[in-house]
Amino acid sequence: MSDNRNVKIRVRSLSKVFGSQPKKGLELRDQGLKRPEILDKSGQTLGLSNIDFDVHEGELLVIMGLSGSGKSTLIRCLNRLIEPTEGEIVIDGENIPSLKEKELLECRRRHFSMVFQNFALFPNRTVRQNAEFGLEVRGVAPDERRDAAQKSLTQVGLEGWEDAYPNQLSGGMQQRVGLARALANDATVLLMDEAFSALDPLIRGDMQQELLALQHRMQKTTVFITHDLDEALTIGDRIVLLKDGEVVQIGTPEEILTKPADDYVRRFIEGVDKSRILTAESAMRKVRSTARHTDGPRTALRKMREYSIDSIYILDQERRLIGLVDADSASQAYEQGKDKVTDVMTQEFRTVKRDEPLHNLFAMFHDNHFPIAVVDDDHVLQGVVVKGAVLDELAQAGEQ
Amino acid sequence: MAIDIPRIPLGDWIEGGLNWLTSEYSVVTRGISRVTETGINFLNDGLMWLPPWSLLAIITALCWWVANTRLAVGAAIGMALIWNLGLWDPMIQTLTLVVIATVVAVVIALPVGIAAALSERLYKAIMPVLDFMQTMPAFVYLIPAIPFFGIGSVSAIFATVIFSMPPAIRFTTLGIRQVPVELIEAADAYGATRGQKLVKVQLPMSLSTVMAGINQTIMLALSMVVIAAMIGADGLGSEVWRAIQRLRPGDGFEAGIAVVILAMILDRVTQSLRKSGK
Repeated sequence: MSDNRNVKIRVRSLSKVFGSQPKKGLELRDQGLKRPEILDKSGQTLGLSNIDFDVHEGELLVIMGLSGSGKSTLIRCLNRLIEPTEGEIVIDGENIPSLKEKELLECRRRHFSMVFQNFALFPNRTVRQNAEFGLEVRGVAPDERRDAAQKSLTQVGLEGWEDAYPNQLSGGMQQRVGLARALANDATVLLMDEAFSALDPLIRGDMQQELLALQHRMQKTTVFITHDLDEALTIGDRIVLLKDGEVVQIGTPEEILTKPADDYVRRFIEGVDKSRILTAESAMRKVRSTARHTDGPRTALRKMREYSIDSIYILDQERRLIGLVDADSASQAYEQGKDKVTDVMTQEFRTVKRDEPLHNLFAMFHDNHFPIAVVDDDHVLQGVVVKGAVLDELAQAGEQ
Repeated sequence: MAIDIPRIPLGDWIEGGLNWLTSEYSVVTRGISRVTETGINFLNDGLMWLPPWSLLAIITALCWWVANTRLAVGAAIGMALIWNLGLWDPMIQTLTLVVIATVVAVVIALPVGIAAALSERLYKAIMPVLDFMQTMPAFVYLIPAIPFFGIGSVSAIFATVIFSMPPAIRFTTLGIRQVPVELIEAADAYGATRGQKLVKVQLPMSLSTVMAGINQTIMLALSMVVIAAMIGADGLGSEVWRAIQRLRPGDGFEAGIAVVILAMILDRVTQSLRKSGK
């Protein structure tokens, strides 16, 4: 599905050796030695080894791994804050490792914004001046960069704080400044290095949701580094899983959870992968509102609006599930003067029993975006499962 | 006990080198001498031209502005005491030498310090030189100063600059190297050039440390300027020197106390400048 999108960054056989004789390290690697043996033999540290992946236009790619997996090195190789030892990183036809110093500056200015784990705000600059930084180094005129900074500060909800200094702000707000600085720059790729890891869990959850909302609005190509599987599952369109400087698996959150590439991934998601014993019931939510088979389209619409949902299940007198209507067809029906929702309801949704294994639900979401209905043996509606809830449930199980 | 190999004539070599420098570069040293002398006279005359009460008022106001009322009151009392003791003119002469020596030292130290922070090789080359400059007994600098610039204030400035410059260089280098790696990364990530990084990030971030170095330089300059009385520098030092020669401890302490007052005012003012960031 994501494969037919344009490739924004192509990374091929990227390797990084830390030490004085990097070529030696690569030779040993090519002889099949692993990181600890290479370190013993040559004193060289193999940071990254033969990394291949693509970043698609507009996607949020998460690079995940534990500490020492090379994820920070990898993100810094993309904009050459760390020099790669070998390999290709091609962005819009330019091979970054072979750029000269001037071209590299130009490339960083045009293509990359970066958000850092510990914010890396300039303490001697106000919030606005921080947000303007990228444009300032590019030589954008003061008026223009002020406007751009203002716009991005508004986007992250910081209007009114423009003249404050970073040390006057909470951690969450500081990272919003970091994000505003990145957005104001209007680079084509957003790099986020453990951007939310230093925040406390509540703020972190908020920031994740806001990033998703921003991402949805702006379709900005984003590479996000994290050590936290939960975070990766929540925000990633796709996940690149790193271990000891090598890619272990690349896939969507569902693919990683349901088809782990090897034992390492399996162990990694072990806590999370309770899906085989978790059932639909655990992820089930109470139905907020239902329509009756006697309701007209107008009533159904009102109920949907009241509960901010865009589709509603229809029940008969015995609360048995007979169909579903979405907001679009309900309003059409209303305009056409039909007086029963049952005239326009659809059967294009999935129903499961309470004991359906949770992992089976993933597949159902692939071809259907309506909430899955959970019914009992008499087809009486018990609750619904939405896509996010499945992941949440798995992720929570992983924490225990 | 002497050892068997012939004594290395280290002193002779140094003297030879100095003599060569003196004769070959007499044009340069004479030029420096003239410029410095003009500067000293200009500043000295300017400060002397102001009546003591007005300079006292200016310094008190400055103390109040950069620091607090307490320092302002202390400075006023201290300066008034110096005036009362009849040490006003020597104090002005000392202040002039300190100001000029500090300005010259800082003007040289800042670019050298910045360069040493940015280049590992220069850093390694320059640190032993600084150690040498700082640990060599201060009096030793006075001797070559005389053939270069003759007896008097210019020689005093020369020796003072050499003696007081190292902390300004060291602290500048330290300040720039202490800028958090993350901020450097941030500047790099947004495509800042080396110049932009220096001006927009490294220098502003190291300002407080650089100021601490300048404070040290001023303090060292003051102590050296006093010692430089031995080669004919005017000021509070020469009052002390005269008191020693005539064995008059009372006069010596009076001049000494004036030095302490001047030192405290200079120190507190520069420290407050550093903290308040003015």
